Parts: sequence; structure tokens; C-alpha cells
Amino acid sequence: MNFEFSADQMQLKDIARKFLEKEESVKRARKVLEGEESFDQDLWAQIIDMGFTATAIPEEYGGLGLGYLELCVIAEELGRSLAPTPFSSSVYLASEAIINFGDESQKQSFLPGLATGEKIGAFAHNETNTSPTEANISCSFTGGALSGTKIAVADGDVANTFIVTANNGTGVSLYLVDGSADGIQIEPQSTLDPSRSHASITFTNTPATELKSDWSDVLCLLDRAAVLFSFEQLGGAEACMDMAKEYAMGRYAFGRSIASFQAIKHKLADMFIAVELARSNCYYGAWALSTDAPELPTAAATCRVSASQAFHECSKENIQTHGGMGFTWEFDCHLYYRRCRQLAANIGSQSIWKDKLIGSLERANQI
Amino acid sequence: MDFNDTPEEAKFRKEAYDWLASNAELKEGPKDSWRASSEEEGLKQVKIWQKKLHEGGWACLHWPKTYGGRESTPIERVIWGQEVSKFKVPGGYLEIGQGMAGPVMMMYATEEQKERYLPPMATGEEIWCQLFSEPAAGSDVAGIKTKAELDGDTWTINGQKVWTSGAHFSDYGILVTRSDPTAPKHKGLTFFFVDMKSPGIEVKPIKQISGGANFNEVYFTDVKIPDSQRLGAVGDGWKVSLTTLMNERLAVGDASGPDFEEAFSLARGQDLNGKLAIENDSVREKLADWYCQQSGLKYAKYRNISALSRGETPGPQSSITKIVSGNKLQEIANFGLDMLDSAGIVRSDEEGAEQSMYQFGFWGAAGIRIAGGTDEILKNIISEQVLGMPQDMRADKGLPFNEIPTGNK
Repeated sequence: MNFEFSADQMQLKDIARKFLEKEESVKRARKVLEGEESFDQDLWAQIIDMGFTATAIPEEYGGLGLGYLELCVIAEELGRSLAPTPFSSSVYLASEAIINFGDESQKQSFLPGLATGEKIGAFAHNETNTSPTEANISCSFTGGALSGTKIAVADGDVANTFIVTANNGTGVSLYLVDGSADGIQIEPQSTLDPSRSHASITFTNTPATELKSDWSDVLCLLDRAAVLFSFEQLGGAEACMDMAKEYAMGRYAFGRSIASFQAIKHKLADMFIAVELARSNCYYGAWALSTDAPELPTAAATCRVSASQAFHECSKENIQTHGGMGFTWEFDCHLYYRRCRQLAANIGSQSIWKDKLIGSLERANQI
Repeated sequence: MDFNDTPEEAKFRKEAYDWLASNAELKEGPKDSWRASSEEEGLKQVKIWQKKLHEGGWACLHWPKTYGGRESTPIERVIWGQEVSKFKVPGGYLEIGQGMAGPVMMMYATEEQKERYLPPMATGEEIWCQLFSEPAAGSDVAGIKTKAELDGDTWTINGQKVWTSGAHFSDYGILVTRSDPTAPKHKGLTFFFVDMKSPGIEVKPIKQISGGANFNEVYFTDVKIPDSQRLGAVGDGWKVSLTTLMNERLAVGDASGPDFEEAFSLARGQDLNGKLAIENDSVREKLADWYCQQSGLKYAKYRNISALSRGETPGPQSSITKIVSGNKLQEIANFGLDMLDSAGIVRSDEEGAEQSMYQFGFWGAAGIRIAGGTDEILKNIISEQVLGMPQDMRADKGLPFNEIPTGNK
């Protein structure tokens, strides 16, 4: 059995980790949070130089043609370091939508730019404060043009390529919009995690092309992205566990390190348990994604739920372990707490994924 | 990343399967298992099967061949375990001897003793138990009081052990005692092996909360043990005990009982307020949580196996198994009983009655969360040994054992 990343993949992970540490990615996330910029352009440029955005894009479209396991290890490190860039929107969602559902001309027009970072992609899906379904998506596509409003589009204010879900009268499909097209009105939205920008986008008779897809392909795109988002969540969760431990070791109360109190030790043990379960499930997701396994819907929902739970557990208990200091702006705990919420919301809530998980097991009758 | 065997592993797997196929019966389904009509009958069948294993060269895989083992690698043990689980073969009774007493004998007994005691342990002819816990020494097992006094070259043992599995059918036991009550807690212990038929040993079953009796109390009244049966130096008993405690934590694994599959299948067939339970959102959320826990443990195990396959030491992920599975079992048992509404509390003697499985889990989970290291002790181990956090402050540190405050309530 070889249920582990290869030595080369682990080396890539190590390179990504050291690079993001050296570039002080967490400090940059704070800078974006406190500043006016939507993302860290310098870090983004370096990430592109490292080839990370090109990882899973086929060589014939200007990518590196590496596999999804490589993308998973990079995602874990981007999550660990809170990298304030449009990576997830552009790579896990937009590039993936075109790779999987685009025709030859769409691939040739968009993938090389997404690989080199010249193009930034975003996925415009949500419209209201309920989870999108095939029935409630009101954005419409008729006569080659899109109309409707999408909200909370991650990186919507900086993207120049949009993947949009819309109803064409017979069902919901994915549509591809070039950012230079007419009829796009973008309003940045303030969110709980300003280290990642969001916007509402109104399309008014905006020219668009269809990606050959239906609602089940929308769900498939979300499944694939879920594995990669899970790795970001896993990295974030582990970072919180490490922060909490380090702080507890050095913080003294009642004449001793608070890391010697069982109340704190057991809290850390609970975080460790959550992280190990999430890591193991993420590996399952990575295997399913990289081999196009029929179990992908189950594996994706499993790792998504598990990693969301781990990040939630670790980011909230990290604040708790820090006590009052954890509630200050100065400490980094809140950056992770914010990111945890952002990632948990980005491709659908916990309840939705749990429901999907049981639904996929019912269909597969995996009993 | 794949789930495939290396060529050597595949060869070993085939060899194991082929031998099993010609010596045992395949299970009819995943939940089909060997069951004995009584403990006596089970013991008899286990001994017959173990003899067969030994003759086929499949006993005590990890042991040296000299003592009846096979000198297998850790990954081969895993593969054997996977293959044997496909067959309906007798199990139980021998694990404590082969998993805990065996390794400690190999480390501390004389060559002559090893040659005398290890082969019958491997063939299943002689059964061993472990005499560690006491009424006042559970999680703090170094706090044992059973007294050992040396006169000439014979020790006299007085005291009481508790939670001893299989004491009533064991031939020998490994025993930790207090030989010097004036030394600090961990320093005054001495370790022996003892003939369970020795005069002065009395074994009494413990009635558990479930009504069953899987464990015993063992009383020692002036029991004589020759000094030649001491394992390790006088006063070194704690060091010797650690060898077996580490093995115990590896041995106590998954909690047995209803798991996700059973809860899922129950929910798909059970009416809840006029609809199928599976259509209820809170039921679906719970099921999803258990599926994720079960899957996490499964793939953590695969990560372990992968490390073994590469000849590496597995990472710390195995330390979470018992905590997660014990708590999951308790929740699933409670869920199952809840789904059956008032019928869930009714006892049934009917074979395969739905509530029986959940009732079994209801009691079993309460036990598994304590056995072989409580949830709390395991969390201490994770935080101290995996995460490197400091030990708790100890009120008894450095005190002579007989001056440590006690109270057994």
C-alpha cells in the first residue's frame, strides 16, 4: 500500500512552505486585511513565478501538466500561511471549470492566461442568502448573453475571467465571461475576512459562452474544488494547533506553563484528533481527485466536512488558548478565525456538504 | 498514491490467503463471525486453531522462529490480519500472552525460561494473563500496593489485582508488585511471572454494569514466587511494565459494535414521525459526522500501513483510534436505541434482534473508553508524547510511597 504523497510531492510541499514563510505570507494577509488592496500583488506574482498557478493545467495549454496531488500539497501550504491571493478562485474553480468543461477554443483562449496568472478567474454562483440550487438560480442566459446578479463572489473585484452559473430555460449550466465584455458591474463587498476580497457582480446582457455542462457538472466542479479547499483548511487548522501549542508552552499562570494544565493539554489533544482525521480524509479526497475515481463525490464531501470541522475546532480553540491576547487585533488568531469562516462559506456550508455526503452514499449504496 | 501491494507483499498475501483457504472457512459476509457457545467451548476451539496455525508456520508472526514465531515484518502482520479477517476463525484468549507477556519474557527472562515458556505460548497450550491494575491503581498504575517481600530466594506476595482478563483460565501471569514502600512511587516496584495454580491465589469474577463478567479480581495471600521468576532488577518493575503497557495500547484498537453502516441502514428503513429517518436532516447530519470519523480512522490506518510498507515507523495518527471509535460507538448506540423509541430499552433474547446490537454497544462503549488507557490518559499521552507538552504537576513526586496521601473513592 502506498497511501502517501511521493518524495517529490513532499519536496514540493516543503519548497512551498519555506517560500511562503520567507515571504511572510501571514504578515501579508494582515496587510491586505488592514489596507486598501484587494490582494497581495507581489506575492501573487511570485506564486506565478513558482509555477503554482500552472500546476494542473495541461502542457498543451501552457501549464506544467503535473497532477492534482501536487496541487493538493501546494493548497495545504497556502492555507497554512493564509496567502492573500486569488489562487483558489482562479485555480480550483475557474481553471478547473475550463479544463473539465471547456471546448478547444475556450481552452486555448483562457488556460494559457490562467497558467501565467495574466488572467485571474472567479466563480460567480451565489445569488441570495440561501445555498444555490438548480431551482433557485435566477441569473439567466438567452441569446448569447447573461443577465442577473451574483453576490459574495470571491476575488470578483480583481478577476478578469468569470465562470457564472445561469439558467438557460432548460436548466443550469456554467458560462464563461471575459472581464472586458460589456454589461459587467462590480461592487466590492466588505466581508468577515477582508484578507480575501469579495464582490457582487451584476451582469446585464453580458456576452458569454457556454461551457458544455449541466447542473451535475456544476456539482462535479464543486466536488473537485472541495478537495483542494479542504487542503487549505487542513493547513490552516494545523497552523492554529501549532500556534496554540507554542503560546501555551511559553505562557505562565499560577506559577507554571499553562501547557502543563490538563484543560489546555486536552484541548490540544482534541485539535490533534480533528487534524489527523481531516488529514486522513483529505488524502482520500486527493486520491479520488487524482485518479478520477467514481468515489469522488463521497470522498470530496468527506474531506470537505472533516477539514471544515478541523479548522473550526482549531481556529476557535486557538483563540481560547491565547485567552485575552487571542481577542486582540494585534495577535494573528483572528486572521485564522476569519479565514476559517471564509473557506467554510466559499463553496457551500457544512450542512449542505453533510447532506451531499449522505446523498452520495445513498446513491452509491456503499453499505 | 495507490492502495496496491508491492510484489513482495502480494506474494505474502497470496501465501497467507492460500493457507487460510485450505485450513479455514470463508465468512459469508462482513458481519459473519466465529462465535462459541460457551467460554469453555471457545477456549477448546482456540487451542485447536492455534495449534494448526503453529504447525502451518503462522503463529506469533512477529516472534523469533526459535520460540515458535515467523519473524515477519510489521507489514506482513498487517497483511495477515487483513486476510485472516476474511475467514471465520476462532479468536481471543491468547492475545494478552502473545502480545504482552511474550515480549516482556523475551526481553527479561533467562534463555532457559524463554525456551520453556515461549513455545507453549505460541502453540496455545499455555495461556497467560496480566496482573497490573489494582482497586486503587488504575490510570495511575504505578500506585499499586500488592506487597512483595523477599526471604532467602523466595518472595511472598500479598495483595489484590483487578480487571484481569482471563485469570480464571490462565496458566501463568505477569505480575507487578511493590517491593519497597519506602522508595518513591516508580522506584519500589518489582516484576515477576507467576504460576496461576500457586497456592494462595484466588480468582473471583467481577460483575460488570452490563451484567456480564469478562474480568476478574485476583487475590494473593502468602503466594510464594522463587526469585528466579523475577523479570528485571529489584526496584526496576516500572521500567519492565512500560514494555507491556506500550504493547497494550497498540493491542486495544477499534471498538467493536454497530458503526456507521448499521446506523445508516437503520435510518434507511426506520420510520421517524411518519417519514423515513434518513429523510430527517438532523439524522443526516449525525450520520455524516460518523461517516467522516470512520473514514478518517480508516485512512489514518492506511497511512500507517503505508509507512510500515516502506519500512518506516508509523506516525502518531494511530494514537487517536480508541478515543474516536469509543466515543463514536457510544453515540451510535444511543442513536440506534433512540431510533427504536421505547422498544430500544426492551431486552430481547431473540437472535439478531435489532435493539440487541445497540444495547451491546451501549454497554461496550462505556467500557472501551476506560479499558487499556482512559480517554483522559490517552489525551495526556497525545499532548505529552506527540505534541511535546509538559507533564502535569504531581503531588506525589519524590515522596516515599508510604507517605503519599491515599483515598480510594
